[in-house]
Amino acid sequence: MEIIQHLLDGFLIALTPLNLAVVIVGVVVGLFIGAMPGLGSVNGVAILLPMTFLVPPTSAIIFLAALYYGAMYGGAISSIMLGIPGASTAVATTFDGRPMALKGEADKALVGAALASFFGGTLSILLFTGFAPPLASIALDFGDAEIFALMLLAFATFVGLSGDDIPKTIFSICIGLVFSAVGLDIMSGEPRLVFFDVIGFMHGINFLVLAIGIYGIGEMLWTIEITRGESAMSKAVFSLRGILAHLKELLGTWKVATIGSLLGFFVGILPAAGATPGSLMAYGVAKLTSKNPASFGKGEVAGVVAPEAANNAASTGAMLPMLTLGIPGSPTTAILLGGMVIWGMVPGPTLFVDETEFVWGLIASLYVANFFAVLINIFFIPVFLWMLKMPFTVLAPVIFVLSLVGGFAPTQSMHDVWLMLAFGIGGYLMRKLDYPLAPAVLAIVLGPIAEPALRQSLLISNGDFTVFVTRPIAGPITVIALILLFLPLLKLIRDKVKNKKASGSA
Amino acid sequence: MKVTRRIILGCALTLGFGAALSTFVSGTALAWEPKKPVEFVIMAGQGGGADKMARLMQTLIEKNGWASKPLTPINKPGGSGAEALVHLQGKADSDPDHTIMVTLNSFYTTPLRQPGLGIDIATFTPIARMAEDTFLLWVNKDSGIGNMEEFAAAAKAAGKDWVMAGTGKLQEDQLLTDFLNASYGLEMKYVPYKGGGKVAKQLAGNHANSTVNNPSEQEGFFKAGTVVPLAAFTPTRLPLFPDAPTFRELGKDFVYFMQRSVVGAPGMSDDAAAYYQGLFAKVFASPEWQKYRTKKSLQGDLLQGQALKDYWLNEREIHRQMLEKMGAL
Amino acid sequence: MRRAEIVTAVLMAAFSIYLMWKSAELPIGWIPDEGPGGGAFSFWLSAIMLVCCVLTMINWARRTTPPSQSTEPFMDGFARNKFVLVGGGVTVMIGLVHVIGMYGAIPLFMLYYIRFLGRHSWLVSLAISLSAPVAIFFFFDVALRIVLPKGYLEPLFYPLYDIFL
Repeated sequence: MEIIQHLLDGFLIALTPLNLAVVIVGVVVGLFIGAMPGLGSVNGVAILLPMTFLVPPTSAIIFLAALYYGAMYGGAISSIMLGIPGASTAVATTFDGRPMALKGEADKALVGAALASFFGGTLSILLFTGFAPPLASIALDFGDAEIFALMLLAFATFVGLSGDDIPKTIFSICIGLVFSAVGLDIMSGEPRLVFFDVIGFMHGINFLVLAIGIYGIGEMLWTIEITRGESAMSKAVFSLRGILAHLKELLGTWKVATIGSLLGFFVGILPAAGATPGSLMAYGVAKLTSKNPASFGKGEVAGVVAPEAANNAASTGAMLPMLTLGIPGSPTTAILLGGMVIWGMVPGPTLFVDETEFVWGLIASLYVANFFAVLINIFFIPVFLWMLKMPFTVLAPVIFVLSLVGGFAPTQSMHDVWLMLAFGIGGYLMRKLDYPLAPAVLAIVLGPIAEPALRQSLLISNGDFTVFVTRPIAGPITVIALILLFLPLLKLIRDKVKNKKASGSA
Repeated sequence: MKVTRRIILGCALTLGFGAALSTFVSGTALAWEPKKPVEFVIMAGQGGGADKMARLMQTLIEKNGWASKPLTPINKPGGSGAEALVHLQGKADSDPDHTIMVTLNSFYTTPLRQPGLGIDIATFTPIARMAEDTFLLWVNKDSGIGNMEEFAAAAKAAGKDWVMAGTGKLQEDQLLTDFLNASYGLEMKYVPYKGGGKVAKQLAGNHANSTVNNPSEQEGFFKAGTVVPLAAFTPTRLPLFPDAPTFRELGKDFVYFMQRSVVGAPGMSDDAAAYYQGLFAKVFASPEWQKYRTKKSLQGDLLQGQALKDYWLNEREIHRQMLEKMGAL
Repeated sequence: MRRAEIVTAVLMAAFSIYLMWKSAELPIGWIPDEGPGGGAFSFWLSAIMLVCCVLTMINWARRTTPPSQSTEPFMDGFARNKFVLVGGGVTVMIGLVHVIGMYGAIPLFMLYYIRFLGRHSWLVSLAISLSAPVAIFFFFDVALRIVLPKGYLEPLFYPLYDIFL
């Protein structure tokens, strides 16, 4: 009951006029930053950190947390409307969000994303409120072997994600992983794959460069060719009646949303993992458990709901180790952590005792921020839909310009912009030949987490692979991942044997 | 018609007067001011120690209105800072007056290890050393180790299975690990991670046996009693950790710091350098910065101009010797 | 389409070999007690890429995949035309950023696209092309403090910096 008392105190702090105003401004700003391709919550929080010194620390972190939330909601908007994931957390949302928009169901996708985000956010704040300290200790138990096992699981849920052409799908995964290795090999401290000694490759190939290139430029070229440059992007209309009709269908996705939220929350808690693997796994699980897996990737609303519920749940989850252990669960929380240090707090196990007001004010404001984020988001949906109705010949140059600016903004280097163009054109040509591109984008996100974790665990175990199976947490995860990885293969073999028998007896 | 003409005339007059005024003002040799936003390069990734400090400095400057144009921070961690150094070097010809950088010890080690970059840090413009961060040796409380003797015994017994987690390869943490291995006859295994926060977590979760974190990285776990500092790589004991002796006290004459400095692009004009030096002297003297220094156990006084350059050249020599000893050059 | 398929497969195979060669700058084998070397991860993945390219070539020879059966041209006249006009336009825009900065290149590109490719009226074209950079300036340079490159147009922005930053 102590928790409820604390939470009520927290609400008193969160609902003061200043903090309420801060939440609303934060959510709106975050929404637009998130909706901009190339800019996500990391950039938003980093850039606006200095502005927060105008207000007391509690209001400051509430502002940044609201912005974080807003950006998570906003990420879905560019994924659905433009087909460009604004940040890695929103990649999975493009898989079905984009086809829905093309089918003229952008309104359903946007409403679904908003409600799923709200659901995921709320569920995870409840978990956060109730179980922060015990969950924090689980997070600490995750070492390198566990992280690698988890990455394996993330990959496994994606087997058979897209593409009927198996060699081309594997090619796509591998090229994404190889690109993710560009830059510095942290284990040996040596530069790696710095092509032609171009200095710009030293910072590696940013996920966004590949994603904006493929989805922003490549996809646009493809659309121009397919539509013969004529059609408008979307026929979606926004009406209250329409929303109510969608609501019924969306209520049917509660199961997927719950699984997504739980998955997102738990993966979000784990340091280093962050929201992206969580949302990818949620998508994979939604597809695995669906009665109609074939509809995924073609505009299935559950494919929007699951990752959106997960990435919002994960963003709350990522704050848990930040507050309780002082370890960031995601890049964005790393910056929030920096902010807290600057405000003179010591994030870590003692924070809940030393700074009760701050912690509970923040937790309560998460509820408030989530509530306003969904309201504001739905309020803006008609505006976004109106933008979609622009003639294609106006929308296309706008998207190209956004890609240019979005490709430049994260690293502020023209090298990345040129690379983005190369990926865009290359992606367009390969797409025409049925090379699936989504696996490459996923691989470049997961690769930089998976490879060091693998090598760190092997270094610690003296090169012994059994750590992945014998450690109490890593073991089960690895086994599940391996089963999932090889299940389709076994099925394939069994089918072939059956076919042979059938043809033999005939 | 008449009205418009009058307006145009008025505008022209105002403009002319304004222009005259501004030439007059600049004619009286006012101090140099940046003409555009100043690029504030951070030689490390987001969320790390250098990043936190850079953003604190930026915030103090912004909050107090000390600069007429904003500092725009941008992280360039690529190639252990190689990219940032090359970026600054490239500004030498185009626009050296509007780019400054927050730097750390990779300022010495990266050019030493990658001579192909053609970077000579002696050409960079010294602005200010804002602090020196300190290092301590940490173990998890569960290990039951309370002092260096027990540490040396336990690590010796474990041999190669003793895991020392640290940030980066052939950088600060590994230099310290090498020192410990050499002077206590140990064979600790060094496992590199991407950032100090991750390293701290490895220790708290018992995935590593020891680390050489900065105080700010372990502070939270230390306060909670999860980790214990055994000894400090400083000349005197740190006020926040009075129970951790220095290595000097333990008979090993070894001191190591991480610099937290601001450096300007090579070829920066003297006027611009003086402007930035004044700016960061103000930051250094501010109560907020001083408070931050105390809280994070930072050492090192403000160093500027030639004194800072001499300090760099001296440190570069020390690092060259250390890296040579490791066989990394 | 059929020819494009084999050309791409061969090019990608060559690229895989280049990646393998480049990865081999770091140790690609197993280091005892440590695990794989720094180049191993990318080397072996590139090797798998190479195998996949070979499999694609086999599929091509056996005509088992849709692109290897297709007799349609890889790009018809319309596609080629659009590709050159649009892709070329984007490339020129990015190139121009180095010279006249984002705020010079963006309006030019938008004008080119909306007026000449989209055939909208001059009024619409100019209105959009000129308002976009203003919006971008306030969002990026002013609000977010991400200073976009200005190229040789930089001095024109000094008064704006004085007012807004």
